This record gives sequence, C-alpha cells and structure tokens, in this order.
Amino acid sequence: MATIVLFAPLIGAIICGFFWRVIGERAGQITATGLLFLAMVLSWIIFFTHDGVTEQIFIMRWIDSGTLVADWAIRLDRLTAIMLIVVTTVSAFVHLYSFGYMAHDHAFPENEPYRARFFAYLSFFTFTMLALVTSDNLVQMFFGWEGVGLASYLLIGFYYKKESAGEAAMKAFIVNRVGDFGFALGIAGLFFMVDSVAFSDIFAAAPKLAESTVSFLWTDWNAANLLAFLLFVGAMGKSAQFLLHTWLPDAMEGPTPVSALIHAATMVTAGVFLVCRMSPLIEYAPGAANIIVYIGATTAFFAATVGLVQNDIKRVIAYSTCSQLGYMFVAAGVGMYSAAMFHLLTHAFFKAMLFLGAGSVIHGMHHEQDMRNYGGLKEKFPVTFWIMMIGTLAITGVGIPLTTIGFAGFLSKDAIIESAWAGGTTASSYGFWMLVIAALMTSFYSWRLMFMTFFGEARGDKHTHEHAHESPRVMLIPLYVLAAGAIFSGMLWYGSFFGHTDQVAKFYGIPLAGEEIHAEASMDDHTDETHAEHMTDGTAEEHHGDDAATADADEHATEAAHAAASDDHGAAEGHSDEHHAAFGGKPGDGAIFFGPDNHILEDAHAAPKWVKVSPFIAMLLGLGLAYQMYMRRPDWPAKLAENQSHLYKFLLNKWYFDEIYDAVLVNPARALGRFLWKKGDGAVIDGGINGLAMGIIPYFTRLAGRAQSGYLFHYALAMVLGIVILVSWMTIAGN
Amino acid sequence: MENLISIIIFLPLIAALILAVFLRGEDEAAQRNAKWLALIATSATLFISLFLLAGFDASNTEFQFVEDREWLMGLKYKMGVDGISILFVMLTTFLMPITIAACWDVKVRVKEYMIAFLVLETLMLGVFTALDLVLFYLFFEAGLIPMFLIIGIWGGKDRIYAAFKFFLYTFLGSLLMLVAMIAMYVDAGTTDIPTLMTHKFGTETFSLLGIQIVGGMQTLLFLAFFASFAVKMPMWPVHTWLPDAHVQAPTAGSVVLAAILLKMGGYGFLRFSLPMFPVGSDVMAPLVLWMSAIAIVYASLVAMAQEDMKKLIAYSSVAHMGYVTMGIFAANQQGLDGAIFQMISHGFVSGALFLIVGVVYDRMHTRDIDAYGGLMVRMPVYALIFMLFTMANVGLPGTSGFVGEFLTLMAIFQVNTWVALVATAGVIFSACYGLWLYRRVMLGQLIKESLKTITDMTGREKAIFAPLIFMTLLLGVYPSLVTDIIGPSVETLLGQYETALADFEPATQVAQTGGH
Repeated sequence: MATIVLFAPLIGAIICGFFWRVIGERAGQITATGLLFLAMVLSWIIFFTHDGVTEQIFIMRWIDSGTLVADWAIRLDRLTAIMLIVVTTVSAFVHLYSFGYMAHDHAFPENEPYRARFFAYLSFFTFTMLALVTSDNLVQMFFGWEGVGLASYLLIGFYYKKESAGEAAMKAFIVNRVGDFGFALGIAGLFFMVDSVAFSDIFAAAPKLAESTVSFLWTDWNAANLLAFLLFVGAMGKSAQFLLHTWLPDAMEGPTPVSALIHAATMVTAGVFLVCRMSPLIEYAPGAANIIVYIGATTAFFAATVGLVQNDIKRVIAYSTCSQLGYMFVAAGVGMYSAAMFHLLTHAFFKAMLFLGAGSVIHGMHHEQDMRNYGGLKEKFPVTFWIMMIGTLAITGVGIPLTTIGFAGFLSKDAIIESAWAGGTTASSYGFWMLVIAALMTSFYSWRLMFMTFFGEARGDKHTHEHAHESPRVMLIPLYVLAAGAIFSGMLWYGSFFGHTDQVAKFYGIPLAGEEIHAEASMDDHTDETHAEHMTDGTAEEHHGDDAATADADEHATEAAHAAASDDHGAAEGHSDEHHAAFGGKPGDGAIFFGPDNHILEDAHAAPKWVKVSPFIAMLLGLGLAYQMYMRRPDWPAKLAENQSHLYKFLLNKWYFDEIYDAVLVNPARALGRFLWKKGDGAVIDGGINGLAMGIIPYFTRLAGRAQSGYLFHYALAMVLGIVILVSWMTIAGN
Repeated sequence: MENLISIIIFLPLIAALILAVFLRGEDEAAQRNAKWLALIATSATLFISLFLLAGFDASNTEFQFVEDREWLMGLKYKMGVDGISILFVMLTTFLMPITIAACWDVKVRVKEYMIAFLVLETLMLGVFTALDLVLFYLFFEAGLIPMFLIIGIWGGKDRIYAAFKFFLYTFLGSLLMLVAMIAMYVDAGTTDIPTLMTHKFGTETFSLLGIQIVGGMQTLLFLAFFASFAVKMPMWPVHTWLPDAHVQAPTAGSVVLAAILLKMGGYGFLRFSLPMFPVGSDVMAPLVLWMSAIAIVYASLVAMAQEDMKKLIAYSSVAHMGYVTMGIFAANQQGLDGAIFQMISHGFVSGALFLIVGVVYDRMHTRDIDAYGGLMVRMPVYALIFMLFTMANVGLPGTSGFVGEFLTLMAIFQVNTWVALVATAGVIFSACYGLWLYRRVMLGQLIKESLKTITDMTGREKAIFAPLIFMTLLLGVYPSLVTDIIGPSVETLLGQYETALADFEPATQVAQTGGH
C-alpha cells in the first residue's frame, strides 16, 4: 500500500507531463489530481491502521559498492505515517485548488500550454517528497532531499520569463546545496563510523558514536555531535533556518499553490523531519542538540521581526513559516521530537490554508500582492475572510488556557514552549524566551495582515477593488478541508503527540521502560548499563526522582526553576497512576527515541501555570498592539517607521542578509573565478608551460609558427612514424 | 568467439579503409554514402560488442576474451578485457554511432571526417583492450592523431593554436611515459601487462640529485606515467589545453574528446599506476588528492566566469575529472567504484552537454552565452533535455551523475577529511555554474530578434539524445548495472594493492589506508 502511495504521484507526473498532448491538458490534470487523491486516501488508511511497529518494504537495489549498500526501500513507521498524511493531503488539495488558481494565468499567452506542466511539477514534487519521508536509509533520503530541491527550483521558476523568478529559483537551489554540502559530509561521516547508511544500523550504533571520536579537519570531535551537526546543516538549508534562510522569501516568486505546498507545508519541514528521524543520534549528541535549539530559537525570533514590517502578503506568510519552523527545531533540539512533529502537522494545515487564502485574495485582486493596496476586503471575500480568520486564530494560538481546547496552533505551539521551558539548559531557556517573544510578534504580524487586508478603507487602485471577486468553489473546497484541520487537528491528536507518556509511546511504537525485561537477552553491551539502571529503579517515577537528586549536573536541575518543576511534577503525579510510565527501548525501537535521561514530556506537563499561559498572554499583547496600530490609529505605523527609521529599514531589508552574502560570498566567488581564469589559467599556467615548451624546444616554435591546416597531416604522419620507429627500436634493442 | 575483441576493434578501421579506397568524389551522394557507411560500421561495432558484454563473467577477475599472438618484430599482439576495462569498451562503442549521427550536417571533407572518427574508434578501443605495453603505447599515442586532425581541420577559427596546444601538452607527457616503459621493460624483461601487474618494481628509497626518493623506482615510474595520464585527464594545473581544444573542436569532436578520450587517463591510472606501482601511488596519493580537490573547486570557479558555453562545459569536465582522480587515489572500494562510475556517467552526460551546445550552435553559429536567452519559449523539448543533463551534471540523485560523485565523496572522507570538505564544496559550485548557464540561455524573455525564429529540436536530434537520456536515468536509478560488473575486479585490484603496501612498510601503511 505504501508503495502505491509512493508511486502514484510519479505516475501522475509522467502521464500529465509527457502524455497530455495525447490525452489532453485537462485529462492530464485530472489524472494527476486523481492519483494524488488515491494516494491521500491510502495514506490515511495507513495512518489509522498503523500499529507502531516499524515495517520495511524492499523495492529495488540501488547503490551497491563494497559495504555501502543503499536500496530503494520504504521504512514505514509512525513518523513516516504522519508525513504521508501531511504530504498527500496538502498536495491533493493543492492540486484541486490549482484547477482554479491556474485556470487563466496572464503570464502566459493564450496559445501556450502551461497547466499540464504545472500539475506535472506538483506531482513530481509530491513523489520526491514521499521518497524522502519513506526512505529507510540516508542515501535515498538524499535522493528525495535533492529531488524536492529540483521540484522547488522548477516551480519557483515556473514563470520562467520573469527575471526575478529565474533568479529566485536559482538562489533556492544553490542555498539548499549549501545545506546539502553539510548533509553529504554527514552521510560520509556516518558511513565512515558505522559502515552503513541504513537507519536501523545507524540507530543501533548511536550510543557507540557518543563514546567515539572522529578526526575531522583540524581536530578530533565527538562523533555523535559532529555527525548530528553536519546533518543539521542540511536541515538548516532545507528548512530555511537562520543563515540559510535567504532563499525562502524569494521563493514566493512561484505561484501561490506552490508556496502553500512546498514552502509552507511539506518541503521546508523536511529538515524537521530529518532531525526527528535521527532522534536516536540527536539524543546522544547534546552539543549538536544545543546548536539546534539556538539556531531554531534565533530563526523563530529573527523571522518574526522581519515579518512585522513586510508589505507583500506572501512574504509576511513566508517569514511566518520560517519562524514557525524555528519553533519546531527548538522542540526537536530540546528532545521533544513528538512536539516538533505535532507542530509540523498542525502547521501544515493552517499555514497551507493561510497561503491558499492569500492566494484566493491575490487571485481575486488580479495578482496584486501588496497589502498596502488592500483594505476593506471583508465584503468582497466573505469565505476567504473567515478562512483566513481561522488560520490566524490557529497560528496565533487561540484557545482556552490550561485546557486542551483550542485551535491547532494553540496546542502544538504551547507544547513546544512548555518543552523548551522544561529543557532546563541554558540553550532551552534561551529558546523559551525567544519563542515567547516570537509568539507575541506572530500574533502582531498575523493580525496586522488581517487588519490591513480585510478591514479599514480600500486602498490602492480603485479599479482592482471594484473587480475583486471571491474565488470559485474549486478553490474554496480545499480551504474548507484545511480549515477543519486547522481547527480540530490539535485537539484530536494532542494526546498522541503530547499526552501521557504511555499514549505517546503507543502512538510511536516506543516500548515503555518496564516492558524491556523480555528484551534483556538481546541487549547490546553498550546499552546494558542504562537498561540495568531502569530496572533496578523499578517505577519510572522513582527513576526520575533519583535522577533529579543525583543531579546530573550538566543537564538537569542546575537551575532553580527546574528544581521547582520537579517538585511540581511530583505533586502532579498524585492525580493519576498513568504518569508512572517512562520511555524505554533501544535506539531505533520506535519511530522516535527518547534517551534514558529525557524527561522533557513529564517536565513540560508539570510546568508552572505562568509558563503555560505565557504564550497566550503574548498572543493577547500582539493582538492588542496590532489592533491599536492598524485599527484604531492607522497613522501610527508610518510615524513609528519614521521615528525609528534605522530599525525599520533594518527589518524591512531583512537584516541585510542578502546584501551581506552578496558582498562577502557571491561577488568574491565570481571575482575569484574570473581571476583564476585570466591570471591562473591564462598567465601562470599557459604562460609557464608555453614559455617552457617554447623556450626549451625552439623546434616547436617554428612548427607552430609555420603551421597551417594543410601541413597538419604531414606532422601527424611524422609523429606516428616517429613513435613506431622509437618503439620498434626499443623492442628490438631490448631483445 | 576467440577473435571477438579483434573484430570489434578493427571493424571501424576496415570501414575506414573501404571509405578511403573505394569512395570517390565530394558530391552529395558520396557524402551521404560516407556517413551511412560510418554509421552502419559503428552501429555494427556496438552490436557485436554486446556479445562481449553478454559473454563477460563479472565474477571472474582474470582477463577474458584474451587473444595472444605474435606480431611483427617479435612484438606481441595481446588483447583482453577485465571488469575494469570492459565498460570503457562499451562506452566507446555506444557513443560512436551517436557521434557519427551528430555530424550529419557536416559539409566539408565528409569522407575524411568519417575516416578520422572510424580510425579514432579503433585506436580508442585498442587502448582499453591492449594487454601489451608497446601495443598500449601505440594505441594511446596514435589516438591523438585523429583527434588532432579533427580539431585542426574541421575546427573553429583558432583551430591551429588549439590543436598544437593539445598536441604539445599530451606529447610532452607521453615522452616521459615512454622512458618509463623502457625502464619497466629493462627491469621486468617483459611487456606483458598482466605479468607486469604482478611484477614487484623496486621500492628501495634512493637519492637522486640529492633528493631522497621514497618508494624508489616505483615512485619515479609512477611520476612518469602520471605526467602522461594527468594531462589526458586533465588534472589541474595541466588542464588548460582542454577548454581551448573543446572550443575549437567541432561538436562531434568535442563529444568524443570529453566522453571517451579523457577517460584514457583515468583508465591508465587504474591499469598501470595502482596495480604496477602501488607504493609509488601511495607515496604520491596525498599530492594527487589535493590536486583533485583543487581541480574541483578551481575549475568550478573558473567555469562560473565563462562567457562561452563550450568553455564552461569544458571546465566543468575538469572539475568532474577531479572526482575521478580523487576516487582512484582514495584507493578503497567506494573510491574506485565511484571513479569508474563517474567516468562512464561523464561519458554520457558531458557528451550530451556538448551535443546540447551543438544544437543551438548549428542554428545560431555562436557559443556566446550572452547571445542567447529565453529559448524555453520556442524550444520546450530542448529545454527539458537541457534541464535533465544540467541536473545530471550537477549530480542530482536519480541521474547517473550522482552515483560517481557520491561514492567518491564517501571514499575520500575515509582518507582525508580536508580534501573531502573541499571536494564536497564543489557540489555547491557545480550548481552555481550549471544553473547560471541554464538561466542565461533558457530563461527570461525572448528579446533578441535573431532568436525569434529559432526552431525546436528535429527528429534526428531527438533520436540522438534518446539513448543518452535513457542511460543517464537508467544508471541513476539502477547503478548496480555498473557496480556489479566492476565490483569484483576492483576488489581484487585493491586486495593486491593493499598486500603490496603491507609488504612495503607494514605498520605505518596499514594505519594510513586502514578502514577498508
């Protein structure tokens, strides 16, 4: 079944892309979309019937060189199942939506077919994304990884006549390649250390990696930390994290359905998926995990600040995506992979919806994207307005504090913020505060978008406003579906992703600590100690207490706040016996792995009330501020921009990253290339070698000087005769 | 089928002789006949070579289909293939019909042109199958001549300069190789390559002109061969003949040069340097690895600065050959597998890229990147094929370009992480110049008047690309087709290589090459 899910989009892409001339453009589109819906239905069946046991499906041999064996194969576990539904659902509805959105594109003349090409690209993207999430080894993952990069390149550059689109596409591919550079080194390093690229082998070797060192460049490193970091560099590229984020806003050059599918819901989350997939390694790589938290938190903060002042509706959402991805990395970095996946899931729904909603507005406003030319569109776009409202409520995290009732983002984002607080390290405290501040800004820019677009006076071209129209039903249906996801997905799966330990363990197929006694016989040497500790401790609660008491000095309990949490936690334990469970198992047993010292889930649940309500308060503050500035006193933003012009320009120009990169990397590389060509190749090498040859062998000079094409043959003949004579003489003389 | 190899090798030569002797005149009909005869002969060669492939037993690491005869003046005529050479034979026979088809529109001295390619095919096949030192040298050196003529007669404006540069570089390298071959014969008393592969050349360190030569005679022999092979590859810094040769060569000449002739250097490393001078190879490996890494980055940077499409692709070839030498001298299974794979793949991909340039050159008669732009509007099929091979060149997984690059990177990480870092950076640069070229030629508005009537690819052109597309994707998705054939021979070669090193200096050498 998973095989069908994987290949249905590829078949759709091929039929739609190559055979639309035969079957007609519309038939091609319908085939691609139909196959995607098939894949979606099957994915949901897989998701609901999956029992948490990892399944391997072999498809075909691929690379096979000595001990390096990478097959085409599917690893089906809970992580894969989650990604399957995310990818196929969003993709299927984006296909549907594109029927409307791409119906009449003014970028193409009447006689130029473009729809089949667009659908083929979309389906091709879906295939590569599925190949990425289903892979059972790093190399196939790399195939999907680069494949989505290609699809993204093709789709960003879809309006190929536009200079900026071509440039943005190129930038996306190249910046991603910078990330892939790290990824490739990471794979090489893992192969070097583990002698395998299969996930199961790597997971099993993770504890050993934590104790080994690897010599890389100038010094020796802890293997787990270094390799996890290198893989994370790949994740940074794909998920547009701080320093490698510059491509994502530019990627908005692509058609809006593309932004929804690739640059919000699926491809950009691949990095998060990678980190979660590698959880056994990350658990043993605390240094790399800290870097992940720092980068993630910085991204969340940075992107939110830039989002505050952007005027292009898609760019606001793009920065918002960037920022939300930062949230997911913080969660993964502190060790709460499940919360990262939770936010990945809910974010896919509400962010795809926001993009498609924005697309609906752009479509109705004749491709006007500047929010300064919007205003008062509530009446013109009644459905889109409510959809966007739901999306905004979801992303800003509206819900009833201290309960599990709320929009999707409320539950998943709060889960992350609580996890960050529970991390108890300096990195995670940094993460916690950055995320809370980012939550405030998220609320501000999201409501700013709403207010500027749908409320107030109509601004900009009158004509455009008069002809603004609500989108056709084929575009609205996907919005309804995603809206349902944005409202309910959080409440529905809160338990599975962030509920009690045993719930989460069941969901991901992770054995509980107590269940391991049977597995004792097969335990590897290196895990014996930790397991033994588990068992002698008896219940996990005691184990935890023990841990806090002995104060694992580096990581736990050094902060007063954390100690308080432990107390709180202890008190909370009283209510329910179910809390006694703890994660166990060997690395690779379940879809994700929690190390024996990882108690983030319980600590997060035991977080004090002020922590739990802090994102909610931040949200209210952001809303209030946005309301004040864009509804009550619309003159404030301009004044503020004037008063703080340096800050405003700094944010408007995205912290000048593009300019800095151009000055420091792009231009010098170009100049160096030119220099090496003219001076290195031209003057030094050619000059040197020619000079040498001409100097030593004047014969050649005369030859070269006299040479004309007519003489060539004679020289050639002379040469071959010379060789024959020389060789013959040598052989005969030798005899 | 004991003469199979000879039949394959000399079939093109016989066709060339028939052309030379029987075909008269320069009229349309004569030209057509010449082209058809060449196409049929090369296709027949391909067909017969399939029997070679079918009859080849990959698990047997000995030479197969061996022919051993006396030749004139006491020389031996000894031919055969093993897992390392057979795919180069196949690559050659596969690409030649495509090459011939690609020069269908040539109007000048067609007969001689066809003869040159046919003779060239014989010589190239000879290089990959010769099992005698003298024979190898003959084929290796004589192979220059047709290429020299193809550039010098049918080339562009500065063809004489390019042809001489090409000649000068390669010939100087060859002289050293010749001296080394004489020395080998004196030392081993035979010119038989299989025997030489098991012969142990001296490794005693001695001092020459006051310089201590670690690895002794082996190192000297290695350097002499290296001079020749490095130029052929070409490796940095002796690569500068290649861009000039490519720019001046006609399209079909470029295809053969990039796709097959460059592989003779890599093949030489595998056939001579590693098995015959293991200690010399090991001593010099760090230098070669660094030269490779520099080649990758240097050539990629220079490629970014190019204004001429062919030059850009030529520099990209230099970079890609950097992965090959890096893989070979990483001296482990992934490295050698990857290097051979990269050479095969590069044969298809670079050949296709030069043909791609040829398509627009035939229409517009310029290779200047700035002369193009926005071609996608009028040439959708061309755009698709160009994209595919750009991606293959960039090393996208799923195309053949990925496998070789990936395996060599896996290999080098086990040996030297600095080199690995630099080489992996090449992955970024290749994307830069590849996509930049594509964007400038294909994307944007079609503004230039001259391009407004440009036509998409013809049926013949599509047919030329079809087999290349097929192979690029097939090997990308199922590379085991190649690695299964080369694997056992590579393993044997490495086994002998490591034994030889272990004999040389047990403790330190094992530690250095350890791991695999």
